[in-house]
Amino acid sequence: MEQVIANGLYLGTQYALIALGLTLIFGLMNVLNFAHGQMYVLGGFVTYTIYGQLGLPFPVAVLASGITLAVIGGLMERYLFRTVIRRSHREESTMLLAAATAFFFDAVILLIFGEKQRGVPKIVKGVFNHFGVILPYDRIVVAVIAGLMILAFILFMKYTRTGRAMRALAQDRVAAQLMGIKVDRYTMIGFALGAMLAGVVGGLLVSITGVNSGIGGPISVKAFLMIMIGGAGVAGGAIAGGFILGMMESVGLTVLREYGDVTYLVIFGALMVFLAIRPNGLMGKPWG
Amino acid sequence: MINRRFALKSAMLGTISAMALVMGSSFSAYAANDKLKIGFVGVTSGPAAAWGTSNVRSMQTLAAWWNEKGGVKIGDKTYDIEIVTFDDQKDPKRAVEGMEKMAQEGIHYVVGPNVDDGAAAVRPVAEKNNIIYFPYAFPKELYTAPASNAVLGMIANYQSGPAIYKYLMENKGVKKVAFLAANESDPLSQRDGGVAAAKALGLEVVAQNDTYQNDTRDFTPVLTPIVALSPDLLVLSGVAPANAPLIIRAARELGYEGLISTETAQDAKVLEEGAGELANGFISVGGASTPEIASDTMKEFVDRYTKMFGEYNDESNTKVYALQYIIDTLKANPAAIESVDEYKKTMDSFSAANPYLKGDAKLSYVGTTSFGQKRQLAVPMVVNEYKDGAFQTLFVGTVD
Repeated sequence: MEQVIANGLYLGTQYALIALGLTLIFGLMNVLNFAHGQMYVLGGFVTYTIYGQLGLPFPVAVLASGITLAVIGGLMERYLFRTVIRRSHREESTMLLAAATAFFFDAVILLIFGEKQRGVPKIVKGVFNHFGVILPYDRIVVAVIAGLMILAFILFMKYTRTGRAMRALAQDRVAAQLMGIKVDRYTMIGFALGAMLAGVVGGLLVSITGVNSGIGGPISVKAFLMIMIGGAGVAGGAIAGGFILGMMESVGLTVLREYGDVTYLVIFGALMVFLAIRPNGLMGKPWG
Repeated sequence: MINRRFALKSAMLGTISAMALVMGSSFSAYAANDKLKIGFVGVTSGPAAAWGTSNVRSMQTLAAWWNEKGGVKIGDKTYDIEIVTFDDQKDPKRAVEGMEKMAQEGIHYVVGPNVDDGAAAVRPVAEKNNIIYFPYAFPKELYTAPASNAVLGMIANYQSGPAIYKYLMENKGVKKVAFLAANESDPLSQRDGGVAAAKALGLEVVAQNDTYQNDTRDFTPVLTPIVALSPDLLVLSGVAPANAPLIIRAARELGYEGLISTETAQDAKVLEEGAGELANGFISVGGASTPEIASDTMKEFVDRYTKMFGEYNDESNTKVYALQYIIDTLKANPAAIESVDEYKKTMDSFSAANPYLKGDAKLSYVGTTSFGQKRQLAVPMVVNEYKDGAFQTLFVGTVD
């Protein structure tokens, strides 16, 4: 049982970090960023290239993943989403744009990095094997980094000027504008931050799960699942959703293994019932 | 009146026309050969992209090679080979669309699809439009009468599995076996076939219901209960090349010390990057891959493929064969270019030199034992063991 809990906690940390970026963009702009998984993949490939191929230090590679995606996210907001939001009053326009960027990224990544699964050398060797728990040290390191990043993100949103401005924007865009907050500027920063989180987590996890060009879609679906559980647009919700999904997976795969692959069947079934009762998720309210 | 501007325009027009004439004549010199279109319908995007991409690239490499040498002589005509591709995205509906596209283009020979449901879905279209297709899918009903247009392009798991288990029982003392499969039709049917074969050999099957989503990234939770059962052999039924290193790594990190095998083709580079030395000892099935058996032609193919696409894929050791068989069979009976019935007749007696293996190995159609008719390519059943970044031949088997 100790192993099952450890597996769930580890999965939860990485899931929470994946979901944070998605929920930030949704909270700020009401945009469901279908390309979030592809951003994760791109971050993974940047780290693969810099750490795995060029042999530069792993932290440098992860940093480069974050910066690359932040720039891409900023440009996407400035030249794509901002334009569409201004010109179209239909919400589905941004959804279609997000879906189109997802397909575009899929094609570009496949073209540049090929069809193969890619991996990098382990960042830390050895396995922790005590108290009935077996966990490789690299997973522990990644989980700790992910945990610290989640904490840093929460503190950033709570105590910095930029974070407070973004929270105000998510709460009430018009009121925030009337209070003198530069909407365009902070929206772009928020989108870039969300994309950066996807890139960083992709870079971190390439050291454990590797990366391939086709996993963007499934990653997005899982991230959507998490924010549906926790409540879209709420940081605490994304974190809670990540941990709940990680734990449900871990327990389900152990307890239900004799019945075949019913774990996700049960998770989806439970989610349907849950959403019928709480359609906004656990913490279904905007930032603040 | 002719002014300067008019004169300039006329001169430019004249130059362009002259260039067009020169280019046209030089192009027509290259286009002297007729085109022979061969189709591909399979998956070249998404998580399973490696399966179809290795098919397409093998075909494109061979076609470019042959075309560079002046084309392929079939009967009294020489053809340039043109590969027409369609990405079915692993979706049977798209696979049907792809096969219909091939029919519209008048193509009679199509490589693919790569998975069971796609191969089953295209059957009516292929039969109605006189298309012979070469799936990488294992359902026996595709290849047994009354079906007659599908030709299995590789060794099926129910052919290689028993051979591998028997070898491991006799040489490695395997007694307990666990199966793990993705929750999709191909891996599940391969798992069921593997379980039946293992039981028939007297092996104790300690796990046969464990499955995972194909997009799983972390296999530790999936493997935790299986590793606790301490099997001697863990069989990864129908495992995708993207997932194999992740599963191997998770199993080894959880302390699993037994053997791990699969009946599908894998890529050494992917294993090396994804699992490193933890993948040592992993057993899989490949084609003419290892230095001990690969001919100079095979080596040149690998070289050309690498130059053309930047990196070789070991799955192409098997995928190289389909186009070779199609062209060699057409050479044996040129009437088959327009008539698949002629092709089917030729399959029963066809024999040609296997250019990819050392020695006097032959290309021929097999499958009589498994399907009751010759509806399978005789590709070498090379059982490999991964060791430090490369495959080593464990044993070579045959299918009749």
